[in-house]
Amino acid sequence: MIALLKRDLVLATRAGGGFGLAVAFFLILCSLVPFGVGPQSATLRPVAPGILWVGALLSCLLSLDRIFALDHEDGSLDLLATAPIPLEGVVAIKALAHWLTTAVPLIIAAPLFGVLLQLPAAAMPMLVASLAIGTPALSVLGAFGAAVTVGLRRGGLLLSLLVLPLYIPTLIFGTEAIRRSAEGGQAGVALMLLAGISAAVLALVPFAAAAALRINLR
Amino acid sequence: MSIWEYANPVKFMRVSGAMLPWTVAAAVLCCVAGVVWGFLTPLDYKQGATVKILFLHVPAAMMAINIWVMMLVASLIWLIRRHHVSALAAKAAAPVGAVMTLIALATGAIWGQPMWGSWWEWDPRLTSFLILFLFYVGYIALWSAVEDPDSAADLTGVLCLVGSVFALLSRYAVLFWNQGLHQGASLSVAPGERMSAIYRYPLYLSMLGFFLLFLALLLIRTRTEIRKRRLAALIAREMRT
Repeated sequence: MIALLKRDLVLATRAGGGFGLAVAFFLILCSLVPFGVGPQSATLRPVAPGILWVGALLSCLLSLDRIFALDHEDGSLDLLATAPIPLEGVVAIKALAHWLTTAVPLIIAAPLFGVLLQLPAAAMPMLVASLAIGTPALSVLGAFGAAVTVGLRRGGLLLSLLVLPLYIPTLIFGTEAIRRSAEGGQAGVALMLLAGISAAVLALVPFAAAAALRINLR
Repeated sequence: MSIWEYANPVKFMRVSGAMLPWTVAAAVLCCVAGVVWGFLTPLDYKQGATVKILFLHVPAAMMAINIWVMMLVASLIWLIRRHHVSALAAKAAAPVGAVMTLIALATGAIWGQPMWGSWWEWDPRLTSFLILFLFYVGYIALWSAVEDPDSAADLTGVLCLVGSVFALLSRYAVLFWNQGLHQGASLSVAPGERMSAIYRYPLYLSMLGFFLLFLALLLIRTRTEIRKRRLAALIAREMRT
């Protein structure tokens, strides 16, 4: 399993792997928003938590179809399916690799984007914490969507249609945690609910994703 | 005699063919009677004539949720017992459910405009219906995207299970996010909240009408799907010879 994780990480970071594209996309998104809503900090500040989370969501989405598509094309997915580790484990490792290569750079860069969008300094720890807790759920749900659409032509568009509604609860609790701490309130409840969703998704969704993969590989 | 006998497509076709005219007639009768009776009810003291949209809005909303539950049960039956009629029934129900959700959203907007002063509010109930509609759209899109019928049935079945959990989760997550304008349950039995009998009985009738309408559409669409499957099998046999 560790070998698989290493292989995926190497593939993602080498040339053509698209490493860092998600952060670049996030940066562009955050710099487009002030053109859309106006540069005044009074207008930017209330929308900043939502923009940051929606941005994280969309940048995650960009690289989702890579989770299984390349392996499906060159046949290594069939080998992985017959490997001695369970397919659920393969899904979890692939989601972990996706999280390490797209979400972790986002989390590290997020305070910078928070500054761009005039997020109050008091909410910065909560921004990092909510992204760190919430993005694993995004990667695993994305792996489920990628598993469902792996064999399809033009699967990418369908993938976003299937996955984005599944992201709604994570988005709600993530933005709510940041918003509450930006307003000086208690963000603990929202953060705990977010952690609950992440934990449940991590525990259960790999099974659904592996089931979908088995159907597609039949 | 068990319910599983109807998993045989031949038996299903025979029974559903006999049921269909009666179901259609009853659906038309109940829908027309319920809506007309609803239209003849006196004006509400606060909401005036707009209250009459209730007889379309509530049954459509009820069916929108219940059709998803029916699809969930049908998907489970397909995934566990591999009855093809069940998978086809889930496929046939999805567009009907999506249209019911749209009717509920549209009548709600028309009702909300004079009552709340806006066509759309990010109220928990409205939002969760919009999310339900997105789930219907994804489900229908996945059915049409996968070519192999058995894989399509399997994948949409899994999607339906996961989607049900997340639709329910979103329903309660939006409560945390925003408090709403929409009233609570329409058919509450708590004293003081109970709807007056002059509105309640026509509402029951139009709910029954919408249910029968769904049943009739479901039977027609499932029969079409079975015939399509037979046709595909015939064509495949022709090609081989």
